[in-house]
Amino acid sequence: MLSWGADLMAALTPISRKPVSFYVPVVAAFGALAGLFVGTAQGSGLMGIVFGAILMGAVAFVLTKLIPNERVGRWGLFGVLVIAGVLLGGIPGLIIGGAFGWFFGWLTFWLFEGRYRGHLAPFLTPGQVLWHYAFRVICGSIFVFLITPIIVVMPLSFNAQDFFTFTPEMLRFDPAGYSLKHYRDFFNNEDWQNAVRNSIRIAPVATLLSVGFGTLAAIGLSQPHVPFRRAIMAVLISPMIVPLIISAAGMYFFYSRIGLQGTYIGVVLAHAALGIPFVIITVTATLVGFDNSLTRAAANMGASPVRTFFKVQMPLILPGVISGGLFAFITSFDEVVVVLFVGSAGQKTLPWQMFTGLREQISPTILAVATLLVAISILLLTTLELLRRRSERLRGITPT
Amino acid sequence: MSDTTNNGPVLAADGTPLKKSLRRALRMQKMRALALIAPLLIFVLVTFVAPIADMLFRSVENDIVSDTLPLTVEELAKWDPNSTEAPDEAVFKALAVDFKAAVAEKAHTRLGSRLNYEMTGLSSLFRKTGRKAKKFDLETGTDFKTQFEDIDKDWVDPEVWQTIHTYSPTLTSGYFLNAIDMQKSPDGPEMRPENQQIYLKLFWRTLVMSVMITCSCILLGYPVAWILANLPPRTANMLMILVLLPFWTSLLVRTSAWKVMLQQQGVINETLVWLGIVGTDDRLALINNQTGTIIAMTHILLPFMILPLYSVMATIPQTYLRAAKSMGATNWTAFWRVYFPQSVPGIGAGSILVFILAIGYYITPEIVGGTSGTFISNRIAYHISSSLNWGLGAALGAILLAAVMMLYYAYDKIVGIDNVKLGG
Repeated sequence: MLSWGADLMAALTPISRKPVSFYVPVVAAFGALAGLFVGTAQGSGLMGIVFGAILMGAVAFVLTKLIPNERVGRWGLFGVLVIAGVLLGGIPGLIIGGAFGWFFGWLTFWLFEGRYRGHLAPFLTPGQVLWHYAFRVICGSIFVFLITPIIVVMPLSFNAQDFFTFTPEMLRFDPAGYSLKHYRDFFNNEDWQNAVRNSIRIAPVATLLSVGFGTLAAIGLSQPHVPFRRAIMAVLISPMIVPLIISAAGMYFFYSRIGLQGTYIGVVLAHAALGIPFVIITVTATLVGFDNSLTRAAANMGASPVRTFFKVQMPLILPGVISGGLFAFITSFDEVVVVLFVGSAGQKTLPWQMFTGLREQISPTILAVATLLVAISILLLTTLELLRRRSERLRGITPT
Repeated sequence: MSDTTNNGPVLAADGTPLKKSLRRALRMQKMRALALIAPLLIFVLVTFVAPIADMLFRSVENDIVSDTLPLTVEELAKWDPNSTEAPDEAVFKALAVDFKAAVAEKAHTRLGSRLNYEMTGLSSLFRKTGRKAKKFDLETGTDFKTQFEDIDKDWVDPEVWQTIHTYSPTLTSGYFLNAIDMQKSPDGPEMRPENQQIYLKLFWRTLVMSVMITCSCILLGYPVAWILANLPPRTANMLMILVLLPFWTSLLVRTSAWKVMLQQQGVINETLVWLGIVGTDDRLALINNQTGTIIAMTHILLPFMILPLYSVMATIPQTYLRAAKSMGATNWTAFWRVYFPQSVPGIGAGSILVFILAIGYYITPEIVGGTSGTFISNRIAYHISSSLNWGLGAALGAILLAAVMMLYYAYDKIVGIDNVKLGG
């Protein structure tokens, strides 16, 4: 059904060239908007609007009416604006000029040839077409909101100064504005290295605990007749729902009563408890698609329950187990509230060190660490996606 | 049925009645399932449920007065707390005995700071008395009332005794009353003076800000989920990465990114100044206030709104909208009367999830919230790690926990806890 929709979208409406009275004013309006930004940056917004509108309106007219070939026109505009950009503002000017050149060339012909109408249903009114594209722009800006904070950290982590903002050198793309000193600091600073070691010592053990117990329990929960299933499920999921600060406070009180507060084992147990809901959720979800006649067939042929589990069931639910394990790992690796209360200085993890760094001595080393962590999460995301595809292929669903 | 000769119960292969045999098999199955679940259940009960129970217990526990001053509490029970007179000699004699024992164990300072939460000045009174308590002669000494009065005349102040009397039972509702800006008094619970009321205001602020965060998540999440559900799968999967990447990125990374972006000299303000939209001297105050908390938390919780919304919207056939339009509905009518009602379960699931997560958030408000943008969780953390008023922290936590549990119950009823999806 979806693919039918996509085919339908490919070519719906015969496209035709539009009159000058339509596309020149629209391109001029975009020119005015761009002019507004350039103008305010230079001191006069009004001048920017007027010049931008006139310039881009003229460009649209020249490209479509005086230059016969689209490719020549677009490359020409691109080249002219790149050169103008370099002359006015060096390397940043080159990038801004190039972007403007590409965008206005594309926009002019997109409107002129009527391409914007091509994959839309023919009965749409102009207002509906406008709304369609306005909606795309709104969604685009929400995606920008989602991703910008993560993107901004990366270049800032190469800052040669101890600032949390772009220095003029960085904006000029001057190599002197960039350096690896925050990364060097991260790798040479004993505090940070200790924190990394602690995180690596805690997270895998906690993950093993939650995956081991969690997988067994998920298999139990997926049996057809489980008494009090709902209640048990509610208890097992609760570590994910209860606010972390409450879990942390409770664990602090209780673990200090039984002598686990401030110990490695205490932190590991606490993190394992927090990771369990994720294992339960992902593994039970995988078991929903599991065909129980397979275990019966294995038993029929004389396999013991343990052998059946490792030879038949485990390979099939492995993707779910691994992704549950990844969730549990990232929960422990990223956890700061509980470790703040349950741990002591000897269990200072990476997030804890970042938290103190953010609250007390603000050092740009945090940005270097953040960039490394983003790289790790990209890696995890890729692994999960591959696992999901494998799981769907095993269950006979074509991956999308 | 005519050929049935045996009228007895149907038998299984081994000769037992089939019904019994089936029941036994079912029981075996149940036992096996429980045996598989048991290790984890015990693990969670010990490492997670017991701590929560302990916290709930601490919020009413109050054995410190009766443990430190056992004889005094016993004698004091005979005293009328509404009288304007200090208790009689018998109570002071008991107090002298208790104090001597408490000083030997250095327990009097702890009791002093505990009672200081209820009435300021008691901590120093207990310290001062502790220093002089060694001089009490318990065998031959008389008129302890005068001796105590000589140390500090607060000891004959009936208010001090009322406080001790009010907090002598082993269980108290005092912490909970404190947590909702009330206090114990001889005539029962009463509101605290206006200038000491902070917690109700803080609970209200937490609630209002969580609602605002949830609403902005709906506002931003709905269009994104719509476009993800309606684009061709290949494009949608590419765009999904933009949602999942923030979801998978460390919380601390996102919080520090917002700190970098929102600062006075941060990326947003610098860009606005460069574009000439705001002057260098009137940069926007985006951090250390409510704005900062709302912006950063909306960003952090947005994936939790988009993912459930998306999974609901992906099941709504696109043809419904076209059918509505073909029958003459405008864009808006088709959306509002046909599509929106079907997407409401997704909004419900996402909102409850975001709200539950928002109401108990600690890290982000702590870093970008300043003083005006903090939540009740920050106060709980303060009481547990800085002011050491554990009972009050536990009581605040218990109230927050009750609120979250109610929402959790609603979520289970509406969405079903089995249907939680992670990462699309």
